[in-house]
Amino acid sequence: MAAESLEIAKQTAVAAKYIGAGIACLGMAGAGIGLGNLFGQFLSGALRNPSAADGQRGTLLLGFALTEALGIFSLLIALLLLFAV
Amino acid sequence: MAAAHEGHSPIHQFEINQLIPFKLFGIDASFTNSSLYMVLALGIISAFLISAMRTGSLVPGRMQSMAELVYKFVADTVRENVGDEGMKFFPLVFSLFIFVLVLNVLGMIPIPGVTFTVTSSLAVTAALALLVIGIVILYGLYAHGLGFFKLFVPSGVPWYMLLILVPIEVISFISRPISLSVRLFANMLAGHIALKIFAGFVGTLLAAGVWGLLSPLPMALTVALTALEVLVAVLQAYVFAVLTCIYLNDAVHGAH
Repeated sequence: MAAESLEIAKQTAVAAKYIGAGIACLGMAGAGIGLGNLFGQFLSGALRNPSAADGQRGTLLLGFALTEALGIFSLLIALLLLFAV
Repeated sequence: MAAAHEGHSPIHQFEINQLIPFKLFGIDASFTNSSLYMVLALGIISAFLISAMRTGSLVPGRMQSMAELVYKFVADTVRENVGDEGMKFFPLVFSLFIFVLVLNVLGMIPIPGVTFTVTSSLAVTAALALLVIGIVILYGLYAHGLGFFKLFVPSGVPWYMLLILVPIEVISFISRPISLSVRLFANMLAGHIALKIFAGFVGTLLAAGVWGLLSPLPMALTVALTALEVLVAVLQAYVFAVLTCIYLNDAVHGAH
């Protein structure tokens, strides 16, 4: 009986690990919203004033990298749950 | 991970192997594959810059143009973010940028069983971030004395708001080295794990009989991801350099 409940506890821990990884990936939705916002706003600004757009490409890429990193953080938690825990 | 899958585990590539084991004052200071890649990066950077600038002609050749482009790119970044007084930190920012860049790009070159991305170890990126933040604090104290701590006290705010704002400013300052190191580390780690998972999926499909016909799909995705990862490798080196400049700006100019 004790061995059986230990087995159930182990299986529950594995299930919780996968559920946790799935939930952690939800954080990437925020990064998706942010990136969409970033490029959308850049495009609307760039189409209004195309001559100023080229000078802001560096800022755009910086914003892309900073925003994407936040999504990567939640992906990292998911990967750590899957492979390292 | 089960032993049978050891060779295919996506995190197997981040394993540090001791090449020349030795201990220094009881601390494990072995020469590892991580150290080998760092020495390799140093060699590549030195060879590139020295050979490019050896002639030092007024009209640059191909190599010299490349070296000058990198120099000008970093110099413009420093001047834009810190101003002309910040140019004394140019050697630091240039070294950090080109070191992280070469390590990131070296990690993207696939050599079976050898390839190792140094910047995917938190120990390395944390050391770089602590170096940056240490220099910011020391130079800030040297240049402004105790006035450096005005950085944590926003001006023009009623005193009862300061009770909330000062702790927030302190926490945001302390979290800078954490976010700086984890950003680079997490990007490299997650990117390489994703590449490995999709590449492993190609092999799994090929081994599954008729499903092998579908294997070009994950293969195409792997190629696309590789392109994205090269972009991320360069971009993260740039972001590291820009954030270093932004933090140095606080040290050079102090609170406004």
